[in-house]
Amino acid sequence: MLLKGNEALALAAIRYGVDAYYGYPITPQSEIMETLIAQKPWESTGMTVLQAESEVAAINMVYGTAATGRMAMTSSSGPGISLMQNGISYLCGANLPCLIVNVMRGGPGLGTISPSQADYFQATRGGGHGDYRTLVLAPSSVQEMADFVAIAFQWAFRYRNPAMILADGTIGQMMEKVTLPPFQQRLTASEVAKLHTWASTGRREGQQRNIVSSLDLDPAAMELKCLNREQRYQVAIDNDARHQAIHCDDAEILIVAFGSAARICTKTVQLARQQGIRAGLFRPITLWPFPAQALRQAAQHAQHILVVELNAGQMIDDVRLALTTQNNPTTTPNLPNTSNHPNTPTITHYGRLGGVVFTPEEILNHIKNIHTAPPTQTAPPTQTTPPTQTAPSTPPH
Amino acid sequence: MLLYKKPSLLTDTNMHYCPGCSHAVVNKIIAEVLEEMNIGTENIIGVSPVGCGVFIYNYIDIDWVEAAHGRAPAVATGVKRMNPDKLVFTYQGDGEVTAIGTGEVIHACNRGENIAIIFINNAVFGMTNGQMAPTTPLGMKTTTCPDGRDPQLNGYPLPMAQLFADIQGTCYVTRQAVNTYKAVKNTKKAIRRAFDYSLQRKGTSVVEIICACPTNWKMTPVEANKYISDFSVKTFPLGDLKRP
Ligand code: SF4
Repeated sequence: MLLKGNEALALAAIRYGVDAYYGYPITPQSEIMETLIAQKPWESTGMTVLQAESEVAAINMVYGTAATGRMAMTSSSGPGISLMQNGISYLCGANLPCLIVNVMRGGPGLGTISPSQADYFQATRGGGHGDYRTLVLAPSSVQEMADFVAIAFQWAFRYRNPAMILADGTIGQMMEKVTLPPFQQRLTASEVAKLHTWASTGRREGQQRNIVSSLDLDPAAMELKCLNREQRYQVAIDNDARHQAIHCDDAEILIVAFGSAARICTKTVQLARQQGIRAGLFRPITLWPFPAQALRQAAQHAQHILVVELNAGQMIDDVRLALTTQNNPTTTPNLPNTSNHPNTPTITHYGRLGGVVFTPEEILNHIKNIHTAPPTQTAPPTQTTPPTQTAPSTPPH
Repeated sequence: MLLYKKPSLLTDTNMHYCPGCSHAVVNKIIAEVLEEMNIGTENIIGVSPVGCGVFIYNYIDIDWVEAAHGRAPAVATGVKRMNPDKLVFTYQGDGEVTAIGTGEVIHACNRGENIAIIFINNAVFGMTNGQMAPTTPLGMKTTTCPDGRDPQLNGYPLPMAQLFADIQGTCYVTRQAVNTYKAVKNTKKAIRRAFDYSLQRKGTSVVEIICACPTNWKMTPVEANKYISDFSVKTFPLGDLKRP
C-alpha cells in the first residue's frame, strides 16, 4: 500500500487496537487525526478519536484514558509538544503508559512548517519538569512509522512510562510502500482489569482503591518512587537500545544520523563508497535509550565521527557522551556507572537549520573536506560549529 | 435508635482541612450520596484537583485519578470515554474552574461530556495561603489584593455558572452552599441530581458550591458561614441556573 508516513501511523494505530486518540491540529501532522476520523474506527474497533480544544487538553485526556489502563495516544508538532510537556511530566510521575508522536518542524517559536530535527533535546532530556525520560523511537521510513506504534505501546506498558515517536515533516509527509500490521482486537474491560491492576476503573468489592497520582509529600517515599523509575529506565537502557549500522565495520569516517537525516546519509555512504571513501552510517533507532554501547562498537576503526542532524547540534552531545565519558561513578544510589571508550576519534557536526534539508551530495562534499583536511584547518564555513565543539587537532588520515 | 452513622465510603483517615472548612462538609456529602446511590464502587471514578481538595482521594473510598491543576475536565473526558456507563465526576476549586482550567471546563461542558463537576468556590486560593481568585468579591482583601479587590486593577468576580448555563452541552447548572443545615440538604440533593443526570447521559452537570475558607478569610468558622449568607450570595446568588 502506498501511504504517507502520517497516514501509515494512523492506520497502524487502529490495527494495533489503540483505545483512544486525542489531538489538536498542527502542521505537519494533521493527517494523523484526519486519517483516523476518515476511518471511523469507533464503528469497527471501538477506538475513540477526539479533537481536543488544545494540546494541553489533549495530553490530559491521554492521561485520563491511560489512568484507566487503556492505550491512549496523541500527536503534534514542536509548538504543541511544548504545551504538552507539563502533562507528559505528570504521565511519567504517575507511571502511566501512552504514545506521543512528534512530527517535528523547524523552530524555535512558531518557526517554520518545514522538516527539522530540532526537538531532539526536548524529546531525549524529558522536556518537562522533574527527573524523567520518555522512550524515544526515531523512524526513518514510512514502514517504521507504522511498525513503531506497536513497539512504542509495548515499551510504554512494560516500563509504565510514555513513549514517543519522534518523526519529522519529511517522514510524516513522504509516500512509500508500506505493509500494515494485522488487525488486533482491543482488550475487553475485564482483560484490562486483570492485566493492569493499578488502573482506576472503579474499585471492586472487597479490594483496595486505586489512586493514580504523581503526588507524594513525603520526601523519603518520593525518593523511592523516583528510584523505582530510574531502575525501570536502567532495564530499558540495558535491553531496548536499538540502532542500524551500515558499513560500520571498516568505516574510517562514521556518520551518525537519525530519522530523515539518516535516510539522506545512507545515500551519501553509497556515493562515498563508490569513490573509495570508507564511510559508514550509524543510525540510532532509539534516541532514548541512546545506543551508546553499539556506537562504541561501530566507532572502533573510525578516525572521524560526523554527526549529521537537521539542527544546530543536539544528538552530538550523546555521541560525545558515548565515546568520551570516563568511568565516572554516579553518586546517586542504585544508579549505574557510565563506561568509557579507549580512544577518542574526532567528533564534528554538520547541520542545516530552519527547515532547510541537506542533500546526499552536500554531505559527501563535506566528508571529502574532512578527508583531505590539513591538520590545522578549522571547520569549513558550511559547518555548524557550536562553541563547545573541539576542532580537529589531528588529521583523520 | 441510630441517629447518625458515618458514610461507609468515608475512610478513617484524618482530614487535613482547617477547622470550619467547607471542603470537609462537601466531602462527606459526596460520600453520603455515593453510598445512597448504591451503584457499586466498581461503577464510580473520581477525578481530584490540585488545591486544598487534592487529598479527597484519601477520604472517599473509591478509585481516583489525580489531575494536573485545572485539567480535571480533560482527564475526566479521557476516563469517561473509556467508561461510558460509569459515574465519572471531578472535584475542583475556583482556581481550577475559573482561572487556570477555564479552557478545559468550558469545552468539556460544550462537548456535553456526561460527567459531573463539583465546583468548590471559596473565593480565594486556599492552599497557597489565600491569594485573590477570579471569584474574589469586590472589596475582599487577600494577599494579592491587600487593599481589597479593585475592579480597575483586577476585574470583576467571574460568574462561571452563568456561562455554563448558556452552553448547550450542559444539562444541569446549580449554585448551592453548605453554610447552614438547609443549605447542606440542598447541596446534597443537587449533587445527587448531578450524578443521576451523568449516569442518564443527559450532558454535563455543574454544581457550584459557595464555600468558606475561614483560615484565609481570617474569620472564625461561624463568622465565615455568616459572611456567606450576608455577603457572598450577593455576588453569587444561590439556586438552579439550568435544569433538564
Ligand atoms: S486553607 Fe481554606 S480551603 Fe484550604 S483547608 Fe484551610 S479553610 Fe479549607
